[in-house]
Amino acid sequence: MMLSKGLKRKREEEQEKETLAVDTWWLDPSLPAVAQAPPPATSSSLFDLSVLKLHHSLRQSEPDLRHLVLVVNTLRRVQASMAPEPTLPPMPSPSAAPCVADSLLASSDAALSASMASLLEDLSHIEGLSQAPQPLVDEGLPGRPAGGSPPSLGALDLLGPATGCLLDDELEGLFEDIDTSMYDSELWAPASEALKPGPEDGPGKEEALELDEAELDYLLDVLVGTQALERPPGPGR
Amino acid sequence: DIISTVEFNHTGELLATGDKGGRVVIFQREPESKNAPHSQGEYDVYSTFQSHEPEFDYLKSLEIEEKINKIKWLPQHNAAHSLLSTNDKTIKLWKITERDKRPEGYNLKDEEGKLKDLSTVTSLQVPVLKPMDLMVEVSPRRVFANGHTYHINSISVNSDCETYMSADDLRINLWHLAVTDRSFNIVDIKPANMEDLTEVITASEFHPHHCNLFVYSSSKGSLRLCDMRAAALCDKHSKLFEEPEDPSNRSFFSEIISSVSDVKFSHSGRYMLTRDYLTVKVWDLNMEARPIETYQVHDYLRSKLCSLYENDCIFDKFECAWNGSDSVIMTGAYNNFFRMFDRNTKRDVTLEASRESSKPRAVLKPRRVCVGGKRRRDDISVDSLDFTKKILHTAWHPAENIIAVAATNNLYIFQDKVNSEMH
Repeated sequence: MMLSKGLKRKREEEQEKETLAVDTWWLDPSLPAVAQAPPPATSSSLFDLSVLKLHHSLRQSEPDLRHLVLVVNTLRRVQASMAPEPTLPPMPSPSAAPCVADSLLASSDAALSASMASLLEDLSHIEGLSQAPQPLVDEGLPGRPAGGSPPSLGALDLLGPATGCLLDDELEGLFEDIDTSMYDSELWAPASEALKPGPEDGPGKEEALELDEAELDYLLDVLVGTQALERPPGPGR
Repeated sequence: DIISTVEFNHTGELLATGDKGGRVVIFQREPESKNAPHSQGEYDVYSTFQSHEPEFDYLKSLEIEEKINKIKWLPQHNAAHSLLSTNDKTIKLWKITERDKRPEGYNLKDEEGKLKDLSTVTSLQVPVLKPMDLMVEVSPRRVFANGHTYHINSISVNSDCETYMSADDLRINLWHLAVTDRSFNIVDIKPANMEDLTEVITASEFHPHHCNLFVYSSSKGSLRLCDMRAAALCDKHSKLFEEPEDPSNRSFFSEIISSVSDVKFSHSGRYMLTRDYLTVKVWDLNMEARPIETYQVHDYLRSKLCSLYENDCIFDKFECAWNGSDSVIMTGAYNNFFRMFDRNTKRDVTLEASRESSKPRAVLKPRRVCVGGKRRRDDISVDSLDFTKKILHTAWHPAENIIAVAATNNLYIFQDKVNSEMH
């Protein structure tokens, strides 16, 4: 059934609501954008979808930067909406939330693909990627208990209580100084040729993630200097 | 092959198309003749050439696509025509010349070019030019390479006819048409830390009359007008055109749908036309706060943004165009539909570019997308729209009511015979 165009709220109502919360418009059921969103548009499935898109984009030998930036920004919005309800006065910018997106985006630049390597390793642990996104209807409700986290929010689980950041600080520091711009794209090019994941990625995903680990090992070896630079061997090529 | 760009030259006599295979096809308008009144002003193929080939960047181990992203004609100064064509990385200047005469009657060579036996030459003759079948010759005159790290999305020739600019996702370069080994970077929005990247350049164009002004659009929906007299590096804009977000229409996809896919100055130079995912907007250069006109291209897609995000259609980049008198604007949509908006009468029309619905010299029938409620006989419902048939590239003749519409790998040229002159 076609939904009609959204209802416009009155101005005063809108202003009143804005003074109460920090930009939690996505939780406001009276907002047409939220009210008319069908189950597949819940935050968590949108999060999974965005992460998948980002993953797919980063696997290209030369990612479309516009596509990448737009997906990352959308991911940030979704992530911010999935954060626990803010009770503090408004912060200039949520520090924990963009961390995943930042790390993912940083790795799009050739010089920082070391972060990408560790991130891909982390992504391989996200449960949600191995399954089709399940619409969890009670996802975005304010009444969600603070301690619980639904299975497809695996990524947020990794946002540890202390650091709030996906990357281990030590690991990041290790790669900070190394300029890997000469080597990076070469390493990822074969992967993108071989795999090219489509929108429904079910059985191919495990395979893709295994490949990442092999490449990750290779990258680490190169950086540590134990292996001469050569095209990495990969399964199924 | 899939057409990736369409562009009329400054007189409208020539129409160039570029495709995904790196080819350029130029059409020429046949002069009107009394003998065949029906074929007056029709476009026939004039020349075809391979502009770009696929390349391989050995350093980064990347393949560079040969797809032609943009073609821009240079103003004509002599009998030859020139155009710039670009793929993701390299811009080329092509010169198109005609040869319709050839010299005959050489003294030392015969007609096939073989040397004559000198003993048979008894007198001297002056070679004369004799007419021959028209031959169109295309030659590459300049190759502007290695100017861009990221993918080139726009080129624009300056009104000074000496320089042009090329823009990629993060930088804009200024070139001189005669100099290929150097270009000046005039805009650079690459952040020091790529983690801070939140916005990219999506399109850019020089002002049609003021050689110091140009505009570039961003993925966040803003337009920046820059003045090259102000500084060598135009990172600081002279004017920033941005419309505040409509709170009642806010969603997770607000930013994506606000991303500007095309920007075009009006012929007058007073206005700019922008295309984002759901609308076309007219901006007055004198007003930065909001556009002066907004036209809904396919608002019925607003409730389907999630699916369109999933299948990546939400990232499609549609172009827009002005007519010669800046009174009508045009843009493409899905299902091989394209839309025209008359700025004066505020009327709009949806037309279809497809073989089934357009026979030669037939009148195009206006189409309608129904969004629930009463459905008329030939209406198309939103759910039966074909999202693989997108009209991304359109062009309007600079003076007459002739439009070129690219529907995947077909080019449609429509003419308004009744109202040929501009209103």
